[in-house]
Amino acid sequence: MSVDSSTVIEVGDLSLTFEAADGPVHALSHIDLRVQKGDFVSLIGPSGCGKTTLLRVIADLERPSSGQISINGVSPEAARLARAYGYVFQAAALFPWRNIARNVALPLEIMGIDRKERNERVRRNLGLVNLAGFEKKFPWQLSGGMQQRASIARALAVEPDLLLMDEPFGALDEIVRDHLNEQLLALWAKTGKTVVFVTHSIPEAVFLSTHIVVMSPRPGRIHDVVVSDLPRERTLDVRETPEFLALAHRVREGLRAGHSYDD
Amino acid sequence: MTRIWPVAFVLLCIFAIWYAAAFFLNRPFQIDTYGRADRTDWTHAELLADTMRQERPVLPAPHQVAVEIWQTTIEKKITSKRSLVYHASITLSSTLLGFLIGTTLGILLAVAIVHNRSLDASLMPWIIASQTIPILAIAPMIIVVLNAIGIQGLLPKAFISTYLSFFPVVVGMVKGLRTPEVIHLDLMRTWNASPWQVFWNLRWPSSIPFLFTSMKIAIAIALVGAIVGELPTGAVAGLGARLLAGSYYGQTIQIWSALVAASLLAAVLVALVGLADRIVLRRMGLQR
Repeated sequence: MSVDSSTVIEVGDLSLTFEAADGPVHALSHIDLRVQKGDFVSLIGPSGCGKTTLLRVIADLERPSSGQISINGVSPEAARLARAYGYVFQAAALFPWRNIARNVALPLEIMGIDRKERNERVRRNLGLVNLAGFEKKFPWQLSGGMQQRASIARALAVEPDLLLMDEPFGALDEIVRDHLNEQLLALWAKTGKTVVFVTHSIPEAVFLSTHIVVMSPRPGRIHDVVVSDLPRERTLDVRETPEFLALAHRVREGLRAGHSYDD
Repeated sequence: MTRIWPVAFVLLCIFAIWYAAAFFLNRPFQIDTYGRADRTDWTHAELLADTMRQERPVLPAPHQVAVEIWQTTIEKKITSKRSLVYHASITLSSTLLGFLIGTTLGILLAVAIVHNRSLDASLMPWIIASQTIPILAIAPMIIVVLNAIGIQGLLPKAFISTYLSFFPVVVGMVKGLRTPEVIHLDLMRTWNASPWQVFWNLRWPSSIPFLFTSMKIAIAIALVGAIVGELPTGAVAGLGARLLAGSYYGQTIQIWSALVAASLLAAVLVALVGLADRIVLRRMGLQR
């Protein structure tokens, strides 16, 4: 596998089969994917298409059954041990006994970063997600959207070049979600990070991404990769344009062709 | 204020039942006494009053117990062998020592069990079996065996408290240390946290509410253990000794006052653990 310096994730003929009680489940089947530095890649598909599993394989939270995968030219495990990525889960998963500042500081404490640097990164990243002033609050004192923003700040504080996000806004209402989508896009434009983003919302995927990976279930596989021709700097208004609607249409067609609407 | 009334009502009912029971249980002896004194002119009012002031009643009336407690606490010097405060402090010291050892042992066992699958399978049945043995049967043996190897005084009694109090801590902490959600464990993995960091930053804080719940049970049975431990020691000192001495000499009032003192002590200890619970959880931000 040839890897040039601008390739962040390289996946080749990757499969993952879970052995369940009633027979094997083909979660991922012959996946090929390449993510370049600075890309915003969305994995979209219905439940059971393996999009979360693929993200977990990239994060070394699952091991593939066969095939190759490299992150920054090394194995996912080596990348994880080098703390090469930040991971944001569907739930905020803040630690209830730590206030917001100490939640964001936790990965930094684990990495052994000194207090001064820690405080600086906490301050900066809470500012990035508009949570300055909430340092001393405990998670339960914040709304769901604010908690999720805190968890994004926590992932960013590690200062990874790669951000892996598993339906981070899935549990939030439409209005909060729009707002956070805009913030995330601004953040991405500002930091130039590479993002892999799992979602099952077509508008969200089209609005955020440079590449939309359409997946289909049983077995989990990639059906189509839609390259977005929207400008990198976008506002929510872009969703009214014909270009946006054309992209959304193509993604929808892809999902349909992948028999994703069967059940 | 409204929360006081239910408590007061229940208390009132208990006193009413107690007095009624004292009257009926002490009545036969009192009528017997009248008969031996060839008295036939007794009235029911007299009978009622006399059943409440016998020296060795079958069931002492509440005020008799209260007077006994007053006399043996406030009116006696603490250093006196007849002071209930002296006896309670003896029992309290072995309760606290046993509770401390038991809680520490319980936590250590739970940590070992949670981190080692084979320890879980091999230790847990023995831990449960240990509690099915009647403590009254094993207490004298512990005292005798420890005495034979030269351990005397506070420690043997404390060990019996330990024997009882480590159990709820093990069970509670095994549960508590296993409460962290998969998502938190996954996060720790993405940060490449060491097992020690996972324990200290995730498992231990998650288990604190369980620890306090277990400790409330543990401290109450540690007191039971200390009292039971005093019974086979020759009844020298302690609330258990008061109970035993009382039963030797038919001093029912002394027995009941020791019982009441023991239950008050237990209530205070449990309340103290509850207070610590609230303070710690509030500082951890877990209590809203």
